[in-house]
Amino acid sequence: MSIFDDKAIARDIIMDNYQNPHNKKTLDKENTQSKHMASDSCIDDITVYMHFEGETIDDVSFNGIGCTISTASTSILTDLIKGKTKQEAKTIIHNYMDMLDEKPYDPHLLQEAVIFKDISKSANRIHCATIGWRGAAALLGEKIDE
Amino acid sequence: MFDETAVRSHFPMIQNHPDLVYLDNAATAFKSDHMIQVVNDFYLRGTSNVHRGDYGLSIKASNDFDHVRDIVKDFIHAKSSKEIVFTSGASQSLNWIAYSYGLNHLKKDDVILTTEAEHASNILPWFKVCEATGAKIEYIPMQNDGSIHMDDFKNAMHDKVKIFAIAYVSNVLGVVQPLKQMIQIAHEYGAITVIDAAQAVPHMPVDVRDLDCDYLAFSGHKLGAAGGSGVLYGKYDLLENNDPPLYGGGSNARFDLCGNILLKHAPFKYEAGTPNVEGVLSLGAAIEFLQSIGMENIFEHEKQLKRYAVQRLQPLTHVHLYNATSESGLITFNVDGIFAQDVASYLNRHNIAVRSGNHCAKILVEIIGTSETVRASCYLYNTKADIDRLVDALTDITLEKCIEAAMV
Ligand SMILES: Cc1ncc(COP(=O)(O)O)c(C=O)c1O
Repeated sequence: MSIFDDKAIARDIIMDNYQNPHNKKTLDKENTQSKHMASDSCIDDITVYMHFEGETIDDVSFNGIGCTISTASTSILTDLIKGKTKQEAKTIIHNYMDMLDEKPYDPHLLQEAVIFKDISKSANRIHCATIGWRGAAALLGEKIDE
Repeated sequence: MFDETAVRSHFPMIQNHPDLVYLDNAATAFKSDHMIQVVNDFYLRGTSNVHRGDYGLSIKASNDFDHVRDIVKDFIHAKSSKEIVFTSGASQSLNWIAYSYGLNHLKKDDVILTTEAEHASNILPWFKVCEATGAKIEYIPMQNDGSIHMDDFKNAMHDKVKIFAIAYVSNVLGVVQPLKQMIQIAHEYGAITVIDAAQAVPHMPVDVRDLDCDYLAFSGHKLGAAGGSGVLYGKYDLLENNDPPLYGGGSNARFDLCGNILLKHAPFKYEAGTPNVEGVLSLGAAIEFLQSIGMENIFEHEKQLKRYAVQRLQPLTHVHLYNATSESGLITFNVDGIFAQDVASYLNRHNIAVRSGNHCAKILVEIIGTSETVRASCYLYNTKADIDRLVDALTDITLEKCIEAAMV
Protein backbone atom coordinates (compact mmCIF):
# COMPACT_ATOMS: atom_id res chain seq x y z
CA MET A 1 0.00 0.00 0.00
CA SER A 2 1.52 3.30 -1.05
CA ILE A 3 0.46 6.71 0.18
CA PHE A 4 -0.79 7.39 -3.33
CA ASP A 5 -3.55 4.84 -2.78
CA ASP A 6 -5.08 7.21 -0.29
CA LYS A 7 -7.94 8.95 -2.09
CA ALA A 8 -7.61 12.16 -0.12
CA ILE A 9 -3.92 12.42 -0.90
CA ALA A 10 -4.59 11.68 -4.56
CA ARG A 11 -7.21 14.39 -4.62
CA ASP A 12 -4.90 16.92 -3.02
CA ILE A 13 -2.13 16.16 -5.48
CA ILE A 14 -4.51 16.70 -8.39
CA MET A 15 -5.85 19.91 -6.83
CA ASP A 16 -2.36 21.18 -6.33
CA ASN A 17 -1.21 20.36 -9.84
CA TYR A 18 -4.36 21.90 -11.30
CA GLN A 19 -4.21 25.13 -9.35
CA ASN A 20 -0.44 25.50 -9.56
CA PRO A 21 0.57 23.45 -12.57
CA HIS A 22 4.29 22.76 -12.95
CA ASN A 23 6.09 23.72 -16.14
CA LYS A 24 3.02 25.39 -17.57
CA LYS A 25 4.51 27.80 -20.06
CA THR A 26 5.47 28.07 -23.69
CA LEU A 27 9.11 27.04 -24.26
CA ASP A 28 10.78 29.46 -26.59
CA LYS A 29 14.33 28.15 -26.58
CA GLU A 30 15.81 27.62 -30.00
CA ASN A 31 15.13 24.16 -31.48
CA THR A 32 12.24 23.50 -29.14
CA GLN A 33 9.85 20.91 -30.51
CA SER A 34 6.14 21.13 -29.88
CA LYS A 35 3.04 19.05 -30.35
CA HIS A 36 -0.45 20.52 -30.33
CA MET A 37 -3.10 18.22 -28.87
CA ALA A 38 -6.79 18.97 -29.28
CA SER A 39 -9.71 16.74 -29.82
CA ASP A 40 -13.14 17.07 -31.27
CA SER A 41 -14.69 15.13 -28.42
CA CYS A 42 -13.64 17.41 -25.59
CA ILE A 43 -12.46 20.91 -24.96
CA ASP A 44 -8.92 20.19 -23.78
CA ASP A 45 -6.54 22.00 -26.07
CA ILE A 46 -2.88 21.88 -25.05
CA THR A 47 0.55 22.01 -26.56
CA VAL A 48 3.52 20.05 -25.20
CA TYR A 49 7.01 21.46 -25.67
CA MET A 50 10.35 19.61 -25.43
CA HIS A 51 13.91 20.67 -25.73
CA PHE A 52 16.62 18.05 -26.17
CA GLU A 53 20.27 18.07 -25.32
CA GLY A 54 21.57 15.04 -27.19
CA GLU A 55 19.47 12.10 -25.99
CA THR A 56 18.30 13.92 -22.88
CA ILE A 57 15.09 15.87 -22.40
CA ASP A 58 16.67 18.91 -20.90
CA ASP A 59 13.44 20.88 -20.71
CA VAL A 60 9.76 20.09 -21.07
CA SER A 61 6.61 22.17 -20.58
CA PHE A 62 3.00 22.54 -21.68
CA ASN A 63 0.48 25.28 -22.22
CA GLY A 64 -3.16 25.68 -23.17
CA ILE A 65 -6.59 24.97 -21.76
CA GLY A 66 -7.47 21.81 -19.91
CA CYS A 67 -9.68 20.30 -17.26
CA THR A 68 -8.39 19.27 -13.82
CA ILE A 69 -7.42 15.80 -14.95
CA SER A 70 -5.62 16.82 -18.15
CA THR A 71 -3.83 19.72 -16.50
CA ALA A 72 -2.74 17.77 -13.43
CA SER A 73 -1.69 14.67 -15.36
CA THR A 74 0.37 16.72 -17.80
CA SER A 75 1.93 18.74 -14.98
CA ILE A 76 3.00 15.52 -13.25
CA LEU A 77 4.29 14.13 -16.52
CA THR A 78 6.59 17.09 -17.07
CA ASP A 79 8.11 16.65 -13.60
CA LEU A 80 8.65 12.96 -14.24
CA ILE A 81 10.42 13.16 -17.57
CA LYS A 82 12.44 16.33 -17.22
CA GLY A 83 16.13 15.41 -17.28
CA LYS A 84 15.42 11.83 -18.37
CA THR A 85 16.75 10.29 -21.55
CA LYS A 86 14.34 9.79 -24.42
CA GLN A 87 14.38 6.05 -23.80
CA GLU A 88 13.65 6.43 -20.09
CA ALA A 89 10.81 8.81 -20.83
CA LYS A 90 9.30 6.40 -23.35
CA THR A 91 9.41 3.62 -20.80
CA ILE A 92 7.65 5.82 -18.22
CA ILE A 93 4.93 6.76 -20.71
CA HIS A 94 4.39 3.13 -21.71
CA ASN A 95 4.03 2.11 -18.09
CA TYR A 96 1.48 4.85 -17.57
CA MET A 97 -0.54 3.76 -20.58
CA ASP A 98 -0.38 0.16 -19.38
CA MET A 99 -1.66 1.26 -15.98
CA LEU A 100 -4.65 2.94 -17.60
CA ASP A 101 -5.21 -0.16 -19.72
CA GLU A 102 -5.31 -2.16 -16.47
CA LYS A 103 -2.20 -4.09 -17.51
CA PRO A 104 0.84 -4.78 -15.30
CA TYR A 105 3.08 -1.73 -14.76
CA ASP A 106 5.90 -0.58 -12.53
CA PRO A 107 4.57 1.88 -9.93
CA HIS A 108 8.10 2.98 -8.99
CA LEU A 109 8.64 4.42 -12.43
CA LEU A 110 5.40 6.36 -12.26
CA GLN A 111 5.69 7.78 -8.75
CA GLU A 112 2.85 10.31 -8.19
CA ALA A 113 1.32 9.54 -11.57
CA VAL A 114 -0.14 6.34 -10.09
CA ILE A 115 -2.91 8.47 -8.62
CA PHE A 116 -4.56 8.36 -12.04
CA LYS A 117 -4.98 4.60 -12.06
CA ASP A 118 -8.67 4.74 -11.15
CA ILE A 119 -9.35 6.98 -14.11
CA SER A 120 -9.40 3.82 -16.21
CA LYS A 121 -12.85 3.27 -14.72
CA SER A 122 -14.21 6.57 -16.08
CA ALA A 123 -14.05 5.97 -19.80
CA ASN A 124 -14.85 9.58 -20.62
CA ARG A 125 -11.91 10.89 -18.60
CA ILE A 126 -9.17 8.58 -19.92
CA HIS A 127 -8.75 11.00 -22.77
CA CYS A 128 -8.08 13.79 -20.26
CA ALA A 129 -5.59 11.71 -18.31
CA THR A 130 -3.58 10.87 -21.42
CA ILE A 131 -3.73 13.92 -23.66
CA GLY A 132 -0.41 15.39 -22.50
CA TRP A 133 1.20 11.96 -22.31
CA ARG A 134 0.25 11.19 -25.89
CA GLY A 135 1.64 14.56 -26.94
CA ALA A 136 4.93 13.81 -25.21
CA ALA A 137 5.05 10.35 -26.79
CA ALA A 138 4.60 11.94 -30.21
CA LEU A 139 7.56 14.26 -29.58
CA LEU A 140 9.60 11.19 -28.69
CA GLY A 141 8.67 9.60 -31.99
CA GLU A 142 6.08 7.19 -30.62
CA LYS A 143 2.50 7.09 -31.74
CA ILE A 144 0.04 6.07 -29.06
CA ASP A 145 -3.53 5.41 -30.10
CA GLU A 146 -6.33 6.54 -27.87
CA MET B 1 -50.71 25.46 -19.35
CA PHE B 2 -50.36 21.74 -19.87
CA ASP B 3 -50.27 18.74 -17.66
CA GLU B 4 -46.57 18.09 -17.03
CA THR B 5 -47.12 14.60 -15.72
CA ALA B 6 -49.18 13.66 -18.74
CA VAL B 7 -46.55 15.04 -21.11
CA ARG B 8 -43.79 13.16 -19.30
CA SER B 9 -45.74 9.93 -19.46
CA HIS B 10 -45.42 10.03 -23.27
CA PHE B 11 -41.63 9.86 -23.19
CA PRO B 12 -40.27 6.34 -22.63
CA MET B 13 -36.77 7.72 -21.96
CA ILE B 14 -38.18 9.48 -18.92
CA GLN B 15 -40.07 6.38 -17.78
CA ASN B 16 -36.96 4.25 -18.26
CA HIS B 17 -34.65 6.65 -16.40
CA PRO B 18 -36.76 7.95 -13.53
CA ASP B 19 -33.72 9.36 -11.76
CA LEU B 20 -32.15 11.12 -14.72
CA VAL B 21 -32.36 14.87 -15.14
CA TYR B 22 -31.91 15.41 -18.85
CA LEU B 23 -30.86 18.96 -19.63
CA ASP B 24 -29.09 18.49 -22.93
CA ASN B 25 -32.06 19.16 -25.16
CA ALA B 26 -30.22 21.64 -27.32
CA ALA B 27 -28.12 18.66 -28.44
CA THR B 28 -31.00 16.29 -29.03
CA ALA B 29 -34.48 15.63 -27.70
CA PHE B 30 -36.21 12.55 -26.32
CA LYS B 31 -38.76 10.77 -28.49
CA SER B 32 -42.48 10.48 -27.75
CA ASP B 33 -44.31 7.16 -27.71
CA HIS B 34 -46.41 8.49 -30.59
CA MET B 35 -43.38 8.99 -32.80
CA ILE B 36 -41.88 5.63 -31.81
CA GLN B 37 -45.16 3.94 -32.65
CA VAL B 38 -45.28 5.50 -36.11
CA VAL B 39 -41.73 4.41 -36.92
CA ASN B 40 -42.33 0.98 -35.43
CA ASP B 41 -45.42 0.55 -37.55
CA PHE B 42 -43.49 1.44 -40.65
CA TYR B 43 -40.89 -1.20 -39.81
CA LEU B 44 -43.32 -3.86 -38.68
CA ARG B 45 -46.14 -3.35 -41.14
CA GLY B 46 -45.44 -0.61 -43.64
CA THR B 47 -41.92 -1.02 -45.07
CA SER B 48 -41.53 -0.10 -48.73
CA ASN B 49 -40.01 2.59 -50.88
CA VAL B 50 -41.89 5.71 -51.89
CA HIS B 51 -42.95 6.96 -55.31
CA ARG B 52 -41.73 3.81 -57.00
CA GLY B 53 -44.27 1.09 -56.55
CA ASP B 54 -47.62 0.20 -57.98
CA TYR B 55 -48.69 -1.82 -55.00
CA GLY B 56 -50.61 -1.05 -51.87
CA LEU B 57 -47.72 -0.79 -49.41
CA SER B 58 -45.77 1.64 -51.51
CA ILE B 59 -48.82 3.72 -52.26
CA LYS B 60 -49.56 4.01 -48.55
CA ALA B 61 -45.93 4.85 -47.71
CA SER B 62 -45.90 7.47 -50.47
CA ASN B 63 -49.11 9.05 -49.24
CA ASP B 64 -47.92 9.13 -45.64
CA PHE B 65 -44.58 10.54 -46.75
CA ASP B 66 -46.21 13.28 -48.84
CA HIS B 67 -48.57 14.09 -46.01
CA VAL B 68 -45.60 15.04 -43.80
CA ARG B 69 -44.78 17.81 -46.24
CA ASP B 70 -48.21 19.26 -45.47
CA ILE B 71 -47.68 18.83 -41.75
CA VAL B 72 -44.37 20.71 -41.94
CA LYS B 73 -45.87 23.37 -44.18
CA ASP B 74 -48.62 24.06 -41.63
CA PHE B 75 -46.20 23.86 -38.73
CA ILE B 76 -43.93 26.63 -40.03
CA HIS B 77 -46.72 28.39 -41.96
CA ALA B 78 -45.18 28.04 -45.39
CA LYS B 79 -47.26 29.05 -48.37
CA SER B 80 -47.01 25.69 -50.07
CA SER B 81 -45.76 22.21 -49.28
CA LYS B 82 -43.62 22.55 -52.40
CA GLU B 83 -41.42 24.84 -50.33
CA ILE B 84 -40.49 21.99 -47.99
CA VAL B 85 -37.40 19.93 -48.87
CA PHE B 86 -36.56 16.93 -46.70
CA THR B 87 -32.91 16.73 -45.69
CA SER B 88 -30.86 14.86 -43.10
CA GLY B 89 -30.85 17.82 -40.71
CA ALA B 90 -30.02 21.49 -40.27
CA SER B 91 -26.41 20.93 -41.28
CA GLN B 92 -27.37 19.45 -44.62
CA SER B 93 -30.02 22.12 -45.19
CA LEU B 94 -27.55 24.93 -44.58
CA ASN B 95 -24.97 23.30 -46.84
CA TRP B 96 -27.61 22.88 -49.50
CA ILE B 97 -28.38 26.60 -49.40
CA ALA B 98 -24.68 27.50 -49.55
CA TYR B 99 -24.00 25.15 -52.46
CA SER B 100 -27.14 25.70 -54.42
CA TYR B 101 -27.72 29.42 -53.99
CA GLY B 102 -24.44 30.75 -52.57
CA LEU B 103 -21.99 29.15 -54.98
CA ASN B 104 -24.00 30.17 -58.01
CA HIS B 105 -24.84 33.74 -57.15
CA LEU B 106 -21.94 35.18 -55.19
CA LYS B 107 -19.06 36.94 -56.86
CA LYS B 108 -15.76 38.37 -55.78
CA ASP B 109 -16.13 41.02 -53.06
CA ASP B 110 -19.77 40.19 -52.37
CA VAL B 111 -20.47 39.92 -48.66
CA ILE B 112 -22.10 37.29 -46.48
CA LEU B 113 -23.23 38.99 -43.30
CA THR B 114 -23.46 36.83 -40.19
CA THR B 115 -22.54 36.78 -36.49
CA GLU B 116 -19.70 35.38 -34.43
CA ALA B 117 -22.07 33.14 -32.52
CA GLU B 118 -23.14 30.86 -35.32
CA HIS B 119 -23.04 27.11 -35.09
CA ALA B 120 -20.31 25.58 -37.27
CA SER B 121 -23.02 24.39 -39.65
CA ASN B 122 -23.99 27.96 -40.43
CA ILE B 123 -20.48 29.25 -40.90
CA LEU B 124 -18.23 26.59 -42.42
CA PRO B 125 -20.36 26.24 -45.59
CA TRP B 126 -20.09 30.01 -46.04
CA PHE B 127 -16.30 29.83 -45.63
CA LYS B 128 -16.29 27.34 -48.49
CA VAL B 129 -18.48 29.61 -50.62
CA CYS B 130 -16.05 32.46 -50.01
CA GLU B 131 -13.11 30.26 -50.92
CA ALA B 132 -14.74 29.35 -54.22
CA THR B 133 -16.18 32.73 -55.20
CA GLY B 134 -13.93 35.36 -53.63
CA ALA B 135 -16.83 36.65 -51.55
CA LYS B 136 -16.09 37.57 -47.94
CA ILE B 137 -17.71 37.27 -44.55
CA GLU B 138 -18.56 40.18 -42.29
CA TYR B 139 -19.79 39.96 -38.72
CA ILE B 140 -22.46 42.03 -37.04
CA PRO B 141 -21.22 43.42 -33.72
CA MET B 142 -22.79 41.53 -30.84
CA GLN B 143 -23.36 42.40 -27.18
CA ASN B 144 -21.81 40.05 -24.66
CA ASP B 145 -25.20 38.58 -23.80
CA GLY B 146 -25.57 37.54 -27.44
CA SER B 147 -28.08 40.22 -28.39
CA ILE B 148 -27.70 42.51 -31.38
CA HIS B 149 -28.58 46.18 -31.35
CA MET B 150 -30.72 47.08 -34.33
CA ASP B 151 -28.52 50.08 -35.02
CA ASP B 152 -25.46 47.86 -35.18
CA PHE B 153 -27.32 45.65 -37.59
CA LYS B 154 -28.36 48.57 -39.77
CA ASN B 155 -24.80 49.85 -39.84
CA ALA B 156 -23.52 46.44 -40.83
CA MET B 157 -25.87 46.21 -43.83
CA HIS B 158 -24.74 47.63 -47.15
CA ASP B 159 -25.19 47.08 -50.88
CA LYS B 160 -22.50 44.43 -51.14
CA VAL B 161 -24.28 42.16 -48.68
CA LYS B 162 -25.88 39.45 -50.79
CA ILE B 163 -26.60 36.92 -48.06
CA PHE B 164 -27.60 37.48 -44.47
CA ALA B 165 -27.25 34.21 -42.54
CA ILE B 166 -28.09 33.99 -38.84
CA ALA B 167 -29.36 31.67 -36.13
CA TYR B 168 -32.90 32.52 -34.99
CA VAL B 169 -31.93 31.30 -31.52
CA SER B 170 -28.25 30.91 -30.67
CA ASN B 171 -27.23 27.49 -29.41
CA VAL B 172 -24.86 29.03 -26.87
CA LEU B 173 -26.76 31.92 -25.33
CA GLY B 174 -30.34 31.29 -26.40
CA VAL B 175 -31.08 34.82 -27.53
CA VAL B 176 -34.12 35.04 -29.79
CA GLN B 177 -33.10 37.51 -32.49
CA PRO B 178 -35.59 40.13 -33.71
CA LEU B 179 -35.55 38.57 -37.14
CA LYS B 180 -38.63 40.09 -38.67
CA GLN B 181 -37.19 43.56 -38.61
CA MET B 182 -33.71 42.39 -39.60
CA ILE B 183 -35.06 40.47 -42.57
CA GLN B 184 -37.04 43.46 -43.73
CA ILE B 185 -33.94 45.63 -43.61
CA ALA B 186 -31.84 42.97 -45.35
CA HIS B 187 -34.43 42.81 -48.13
CA GLU B 188 -34.27 46.56 -48.61
CA TYR B 189 -30.65 46.01 -49.58
CA GLY B 190 -31.57 43.12 -51.83
CA ALA B 191 -29.94 40.43 -49.69
CA ILE B 192 -31.18 36.85 -49.44
CA THR B 193 -31.91 35.79 -45.86
CA VAL B 194 -30.90 32.41 -44.47
CA ILE B 195 -32.23 31.40 -41.07
CA ASP B 196 -30.69 28.63 -38.99
CA ALA B 197 -33.73 27.69 -36.93
CA ALA B 198 -32.29 24.50 -35.39
CA GLN B 199 -32.77 25.90 -31.86
CA ALA B 200 -35.99 27.76 -32.66
CA VAL B 201 -38.41 25.44 -34.43
CA PRO B 202 -38.45 22.84 -31.63
CA HIS B 203 -39.21 25.40 -28.96
CA MET B 204 -41.37 28.24 -30.22
CA PRO B 205 -43.91 29.14 -32.89
CA VAL B 206 -42.11 29.88 -36.16
CA ASP B 207 -43.87 31.52 -39.07
CA VAL B 208 -41.80 31.75 -42.22
CA ARG B 209 -44.35 33.91 -44.03
CA ASP B 210 -44.56 36.40 -41.21
CA LEU B 211 -40.74 36.49 -41.00
CA ASP B 212 -40.55 36.64 -44.78
CA CYS B 213 -37.23 34.75 -44.70
CA ASP B 214 -35.95 33.28 -47.97
CA TYR B 215 -34.47 30.08 -46.60
CA LEU B 216 -34.79 28.37 -43.22
CA ALA B 217 -33.21 25.19 -41.85
CA PHE B 218 -33.96 22.89 -38.93
CA SER B 219 -33.33 19.35 -37.67
CA GLY B 220 -35.90 16.72 -36.81
CA HIS B 221 -34.02 15.06 -33.97
CA LYS B 222 -34.02 18.20 -31.85
CA LEU B 223 -37.83 18.22 -31.85
CA GLY B 224 -38.29 14.55 -31.09
CA ALA B 225 -38.06 12.99 -34.55
CA ALA B 226 -35.56 10.32 -35.53
CA GLY B 227 -31.95 11.21 -36.24
CA GLY B 228 -31.19 11.98 -39.86
CA SER B 229 -34.35 13.89 -40.61
CA GLY B 230 -34.54 17.59 -41.26
CA VAL B 231 -36.03 20.35 -43.33
CA LEU B 232 -34.88 22.95 -45.78
CA TYR B 233 -37.54 25.58 -46.34
CA GLY B 234 -37.11 27.87 -49.31
CA LYS B 235 -39.40 30.30 -51.06
CA TYR B 236 -40.66 28.41 -54.07
CA ASP B 237 -39.07 30.58 -56.75
CA LEU B 238 -35.69 30.36 -55.11
CA LEU B 239 -35.91 26.59 -54.87
CA GLU B 240 -37.23 26.27 -58.39
CA ASN B 241 -34.75 28.66 -60.02
CA ASN B 242 -31.63 27.16 -58.49
CA ASP B 243 -29.91 23.86 -59.06
CA PRO B 244 -29.53 21.19 -56.40
CA PRO B 245 -26.06 20.27 -55.17
CA LEU B 246 -26.71 16.53 -55.58
CA TYR B 247 -28.00 14.54 -58.51
CA GLY B 248 -29.46 11.08 -58.80
CA GLY B 249 -32.55 8.95 -58.89
CA GLY B 250 -35.83 10.48 -57.87
CA SER B 251 -34.83 14.08 -58.61
CA ASN B 252 -34.94 13.92 -62.41
CA ALA B 253 -37.90 13.52 -64.70
CA ARG B 254 -35.77 12.13 -67.53
CA PHE B 255 -32.29 12.28 -69.00
CA ASP B 256 -30.57 11.08 -72.16
CA LEU B 257 -27.19 9.70 -73.10
CA CYS B 258 -25.95 13.08 -74.32
CA GLY B 259 -26.09 14.30 -70.75
CA ASN B 260 -29.28 16.32 -70.99
CA ILE B 261 -31.08 16.23 -67.70
CA LEU B 262 -34.59 17.35 -67.10
CA LEU B 263 -34.93 17.90 -63.40
CA LYS B 264 -38.18 17.57 -61.54
CA HIS B 265 -39.66 20.68 -60.04
CA ALA B 266 -38.92 21.82 -56.50
CA PRO B 267 -38.88 20.38 -53.90
CA PHE B 268 -38.28 16.99 -55.54
CA LYS B 269 -35.23 18.03 -57.49
CA TYR B 270 -33.44 18.52 -54.17
CA GLU B 271 -34.22 15.00 -53.00
CA ALA B 272 -32.06 12.73 -55.12
CA GLY B 273 -31.85 9.15 -53.92
CA THR B 274 -34.17 7.10 -51.76
CA PRO B 275 -35.27 9.39 -48.97
CA ASN B 276 -35.15 8.64 -45.27
CA VAL B 277 -38.77 7.50 -45.33
CA GLU B 278 -38.97 6.46 -41.68
CA GLY B 279 -37.16 9.64 -40.67
CA VAL B 280 -39.68 11.77 -42.53
CA LEU B 281 -42.59 9.83 -41.02
CA SER B 282 -41.07 10.32 -37.58
CA LEU B 283 -40.80 14.04 -38.28
CA GLY B 284 -44.50 14.21 -39.04
CA ALA B 285 -45.33 12.29 -35.88
CA ALA B 286 -43.04 14.39 -33.69
CA ILE B 287 -44.55 17.60 -35.02
CA GLU B 288 -48.08 16.30 -34.46
CA PHE B 289 -47.14 15.55 -30.89
CA LEU B 290 -45.79 19.08 -30.32
CA GLN B 291 -48.88 20.56 -31.95
CA SER B 292 -51.11 18.58 -29.63
CA ILE B 293 -49.47 20.50 -26.77
CA GLY B 294 -49.16 23.80 -28.63
CA MET B 295 -45.95 25.63 -29.50
CA GLU B 296 -47.04 28.73 -27.58
CA ASN B 297 -47.45 26.58 -24.48
CA ILE B 298 -44.12 24.87 -24.95
CA PHE B 299 -42.32 28.19 -25.35
CA GLU B 300 -44.07 29.63 -22.31
CA HIS B 301 -43.15 26.54 -20.26
CA GLU B 302 -39.48 26.82 -21.22
CA LYS B 303 -39.42 30.54 -20.51
CA GLN B 304 -40.82 29.87 -17.05
CA LEU B 305 -38.19 27.20 -16.38
CA LYS B 306 -35.50 29.57 -17.52
CA ARG B 307 -36.74 32.37 -15.27
CA TYR B 308 -36.99 29.96 -12.37
CA ALA B 309 -33.45 28.70 -12.96
CA VAL B 310 -32.08 32.23 -13.15
CA GLN B 311 -33.88 33.21 -9.98
CA ARG B 312 -32.48 30.19 -8.13
CA LEU B 313 -28.96 30.42 -9.57
CA GLN B 314 -28.42 34.13 -9.12
CA PRO B 315 -27.88 33.93 -5.35
CA LEU B 316 -25.04 31.43 -5.89
CA THR B 317 -22.03 33.70 -5.98
CA HIS B 318 -19.74 30.99 -7.34
CA VAL B 319 -21.93 30.45 -10.41
CA HIS B 320 -21.42 32.80 -13.31
CA LEU B 321 -24.46 33.03 -15.61
CA TYR B 322 -23.84 34.27 -19.14
CA ASN B 323 -27.39 34.59 -20.37
CA ALA B 324 -29.71 35.51 -17.52
CA THR B 325 -31.73 37.74 -19.81
CA SER B 326 -32.27 35.58 -22.89
CA GLU B 327 -35.76 34.14 -23.14
CA SER B 328 -35.33 30.59 -24.31
CA GLY B 329 -34.68 27.61 -22.05
CA LEU B 330 -30.90 27.67 -22.33
CA ILE B 331 -28.86 28.23 -19.21
CA THR B 332 -25.20 28.91 -19.90
CA PHE B 333 -22.83 29.19 -16.97
CA ASN B 334 -19.50 28.45 -15.35
CA VAL B 335 -18.53 27.70 -11.80
CA ASP B 336 -15.68 29.89 -10.55
CA GLY B 337 -12.38 28.06 -10.52
CA ILE B 338 -13.74 24.82 -11.96
CA PHE B 339 -13.28 23.87 -15.59
CA ALA B 340 -16.55 23.38 -17.48
CA GLN B 341 -15.86 19.76 -18.26
CA ASP B 342 -15.21 19.00 -14.60
CA VAL B 343 -18.52 20.63 -13.70
CA ALA B 344 -20.34 18.53 -16.29
CA SER B 345 -18.65 15.33 -15.07
CA TYR B 346 -19.62 16.18 -11.52
CA LEU B 347 -23.23 16.78 -12.52
CA ASN B 348 -23.14 13.48 -14.38
CA ARG B 349 -22.29 11.78 -11.07
CA HIS B 350 -25.53 13.31 -9.80
CA ASN B 351 -27.36 11.92 -12.82
CA ILE B 352 -27.79 15.31 -14.40
CA ALA B 353 -26.99 15.46 -18.09
CA VAL B 354 -25.62 18.79 -19.35
CA ARG B 355 -23.16 19.73 -22.02
CA SER B 356 -19.76 21.28 -21.52
CA GLY B 357 -17.79 22.77 -24.31
CA ASN B 358 -17.64 25.55 -26.73
CA HIS B 359 -20.77 24.22 -28.35
CA CYS B 360 -19.30 24.40 -31.83
CA ALA B 361 -19.56 28.18 -31.75
CA LYS B 362 -15.81 28.47 -31.62
CA ILE B 363 -15.53 32.17 -32.29
CA LEU B 364 -17.71 33.12 -29.38
CA VAL B 365 -14.72 33.33 -27.06
CA GLU B 366 -14.16 36.87 -28.13
CA ILE B 367 -17.70 37.86 -27.22
CA ILE B 368 -18.38 36.26 -23.87
CA GLY B 369 -14.77 36.15 -22.80
CA THR B 370 -14.48 32.48 -22.04
CA SER B 371 -13.48 29.54 -24.16
CA GLU B 372 -15.81 27.07 -22.54
CA THR B 373 -19.10 26.95 -20.70
CA VAL B 374 -21.58 24.52 -19.25
CA ARG B 375 -24.98 24.53 -20.93
CA ALA B 376 -28.21 23.21 -19.47
CA SER B 377 -31.06 23.24 -21.96
CA CYS B 378 -34.74 22.58 -21.27
CA TYR B 379 -37.58 21.11 -23.24
CA LEU B 380 -41.28 20.59 -22.73
CA TYR B 381 -40.84 17.58 -20.45
CA ASN B 382 -38.48 19.29 -18.00
CA THR B 383 -39.83 20.47 -14.68
CA LYS B 384 -38.98 22.81 -11.85
CA ALA B 385 -37.89 19.72 -9.95
CA ASP B 386 -35.22 19.18 -12.63
CA ILE B 387 -33.99 22.73 -12.13
CA ASP B 388 -33.98 22.16 -8.36
CA ARG B 389 -31.76 19.11 -8.79
CA LEU B 390 -29.37 21.15 -10.93
CA VAL B 391 -29.28 24.05 -8.52
CA ASP B 392 -28.86 21.78 -5.49
CA ALA B 393 -25.89 20.04 -7.08
CA LEU B 394 -24.35 23.39 -7.97
CA THR B 395 -24.98 24.81 -4.53
CA ASP B 396 -22.34 22.71 -2.86
CA ILE B 397 -20.04 21.94 -5.74
CA THR B 398 -16.33 22.33 -4.97
CA LEU B 399 -13.17 21.55 -6.88
CA GLU B 400 -12.39 18.79 -4.37
CA LYS B 401 -15.72 17.14 -5.01
CA CYS B 402 -15.27 17.37 -8.76
CA ILE B 403 -11.90 15.66 -8.54
CA GLU B 404 -13.27 12.99 -6.23
CA ALA B 405 -16.10 12.40 -8.69
CA ALA B 406 -13.54 11.84 -11.43
CA MET B 407 -11.60 9.38 -9.28
CA VAL B 408 -14.29 6.82 -8.51
C1 LIG C 1 -27.94 26.54 -33.91
C2 LIG C 1 -27.65 25.23 -34.55
N1 LIG C 1 -27.51 25.14 -35.87
C3 LIG C 1 -27.26 23.99 -36.50
C4 LIG C 1 -27.13 22.80 -35.80
C5 LIG C 1 -26.82 21.55 -36.54
O1 LIG C 1 -27.83 20.62 -36.42
P1 LIG C 1 -27.61 19.11 -36.88
O2 LIG C 1 -26.39 18.64 -36.19
O3 LIG C 1 -28.83 18.40 -36.44
O4 LIG C 1 -27.46 19.13 -38.38
C6 LIG C 1 -27.26 22.83 -34.42
C7 LIG C 1 -27.10 21.58 -33.63
O5 LIG C 1 -26.43 21.49 -32.65
C8 LIG C 1 -27.53 24.07 -33.77
O6 LIG C 1 -27.66 24.15 -32.44
